Amino acid sequence: MSQHENHGDHHNHGSLKSYVIGFILSIVLTIIPLVMVMNNMLDKTTTVIWILVMAVLQFIVQLFFFMHVREGEKPRYNVQTLVLGLVIVFTIIAGSIWIMMFNKY
Amino acid sequence: MWENIKEFASTFFVTGDPLIYGADVSIALTMVAIVFVLTKYKKWGWLWREWLTTVDHKRIGIMYLIASLLMLFRGGVDALLMRVQLAFPNVEFLHSDHYNAIFTTHGTIMILFMAMPMMFGLFNMVVPLQLGARDVAYPFLNAVSFWLFMLGAMLFNLSFVIGGSPDAGWLSYPPLSQNDFSPGPGQNFWIWGIQISGIGSLATGINFIVTILKMRAPGMKLSNMPLFSWSVLSSSIMIIFAFPILTVTIALLFLDRFAGAHFFTMGGGGNPMMYLNLIWMWGHPEVYIVVVPAFGIFSEVVATFSKKTIFGYKSMVWALMSIAVASFFTWAHHFFTMGTSASVIIFFAISTMVIAIPTGVKIFNWLFTMFRGRISFKQPMLWTIAFIPCFVVGGATGVMLAVAPADYQYHNSYFLIAHFHQVLIGGVVFGYLAGIYYWWPKLFGFKLDEKLGRWGFWFWNIGFYVCFMPQYALGFMGMTRRYYTYGWDRGWADLNLISTVGAFLMGIGFIFQVWQIAYSIKHGERDTTGDPWNARTLEWSIPSPAPFYNFAVVPTVKGADDWWLTKQAKENGTYKEEPAHLEPIHMPKNSGIPFIMSLFFFLIGFGFTFHWVWMAVIGFIGVALCMWARSFQYDTDYYVPVEEVRSTEASLGRVY
Repeated sequence: MSQHENHGDHHNHGSLKSYVIGFILSIVLTIIPLVMVMNNMLDKTTTVIWILVMAVLQFIVQLFFFMHVREGEKPRYNVQTLVLGLVIVFTIIAGSIWIMMFNKY
Repeated sequence: MWENIKEFASTFFVTGDPLIYGADVSIALTMVAIVFVLTKYKKWGWLWREWLTTVDHKRIGIMYLIASLLMLFRGGVDALLMRVQLAFPNVEFLHSDHYNAIFTTHGTIMILFMAMPMMFGLFNMVVPLQLGARDVAYPFLNAVSFWLFMLGAMLFNLSFVIGGSPDAGWLSYPPLSQNDFSPGPGQNFWIWGIQISGIGSLATGINFIVTILKMRAPGMKLSNMPLFSWSVLSSSIMIIFAFPILTVTIALLFLDRFAGAHFFTMGGGGNPMMYLNLIWMWGHPEVYIVVVPAFGIFSEVVATFSKKTIFGYKSMVWALMSIAVASFFTWAHHFFTMGTSASVIIFFAISTMVIAIPTGVKIFNWLFTMFRGRISFKQPMLWTIAFIPCFVVGGATGVMLAVAPADYQYHNSYFLIAHFHQVLIGGVVFGYLAGIYYWWPKLFGFKLDEKLGRWGFWFWNIGFYVCFMPQYALGFMGMTRRYYTYGWDRGWADLNLISTVGAFLMGIGFIFQVWQIAYSIKHGERDTTGDPWNARTLEWSIPSPAPFYNFAVVPTVKGADDWWLTKQAKENGTYKEEPAHLEPIHMPKNSGIPFIMSLFFFLIGFGFTFHWVWMAVIGFIGVALCMWARSFQYDTDYYVPVEEVRSTEASLGRVY
């Protein structure tokens, strides 16, 4: 415990403004696909593509506004973790699609 | 009015089964006894100050340990009830519904509420001491994790006297777990019990990654960190990537049940197999999450009791970390029989076989460590030696299951049951028991009695083989899992009876261990040196039981097995005593918020279980208020003055 102080914040963990912007962006990115699906606005394939695009954007918003991926010191644990995380997210999504492709009925 | 109450009670409480009434009575009596003892000896304040509000990692570890032993008892009783039902053909001991509930709770409890807390208990008891740290990185969060686990587990366990137990299998596959087939609250208990404790598990994973990366004593590079800490790092990495998948999957199942969504339904565009796909993305890493720390324990134990440096340290680290990644690429082998493309099956069959390689490497490393070592057969070492053949056979049958065409035969048969019990008991349970025996003196200041422990050991081991070897054969003979009864004409009677005998032998082993703990509290050999096993790592350089601040002076580490190096230097006369300089120690203050916040989480779970939304809303508001209160709390830490450190150390026989 002696290595660091609990209070007396020494990093800049973002301002109120950036948090509000991030919050609004993440809500907007959630509402868009919801509205699209609820109102049957587009055909199925296009809807799926839109949802995936919104998901990727949401991911980026979370990383930059809430997870502070740009901040941090060496060693770059956050970059290593991010790479591993991306590998696993890719596995989850691509793997699920691949496995379930033959399970349509 | 009276009629209403009666009607409510008859659906709210589980009725009609004498076993349940017996449990009701014993629960009520235990509660009364606890309240009576606490009141009589005026211990309520002590309970609150010393335990419910503690943020000390050692105490949290002890609470995890106690909780996991209680859950081992509950899960073990479930197992024995099942074995009684299956001992002979056509037994009418349990009804089919009751049997379904019991195998469901047995599986869920053993994995999520026994193995996980026992593992977290060992993390907490050992890792900061091994790293030369004074606590984990986030002590407050650590307490939150524990209480979320505890209240989640209690919510789950409540189901068998209130509302009815879940009975859709330990992973609750839809469509069986959907409203159509499981309409009662039991399934909701399952969802919310796991959901709440899962948040705690995720937080623990984060906590230990940060602790290991940031809190190591000066001089301890990652490349000479003890192997148990490496295994904890590996396990924690898997936790932070796997548990979110579980949370999301179960949340989707909850939406299906609560809000009429169609993620996993048969109709409406849902797909139940998607649930299997998602839950096993968590489920497969989960088995590695629990077994990898056991590998770490064996590495520490083998080196200590062979009086040798571990063989192949680098390959051990490599194996532990490659498992952390590879475990995410094998999940589909749990549902080969679903029917999918050949390329999917080939990929997952091969990845499953590949993941056996790092484990094989470790087995050889342990054997080579023992080779030409001076082995002393103390209890931790006994369990380690018993583990090796058991796990090798369990792993080999796992590779048999990975052969996809053959898996169509083995799938969901007793062959599978025998396989995973062999890796989970032979690997996880033996490993954690080895760890508990090994680190017990550091936590409590005395050793567990050797003689009673040996009785327990042999009952467990013989019982294990008697119980599970026949099940491999039963699998080949066509007995599939979850049968609640079978006829004489099947020819399964003899082997099932033998298996039941084995289960009871393990039960006797457990009783010996409980006796051993009770006996050792009074008569166990006291540890006055702080290093009862002549061990190698930092935790053994401090007195037993460890003082609340762990290290009076934070050590400077010079290499792997630092404490061993120090002892060697002292023997050779090359040890240079550095003047110890005591400083005030910075420590976190206790807090009641984790406990109170977890109670509100419990309300959320209980409310949603019975569809009492008002109660869940109260819970959410309470959680938010707790977070608010904590956010504006600035007085969270204090300094232990030098005088107090000096007098504490003096009372433990160390002079500064």
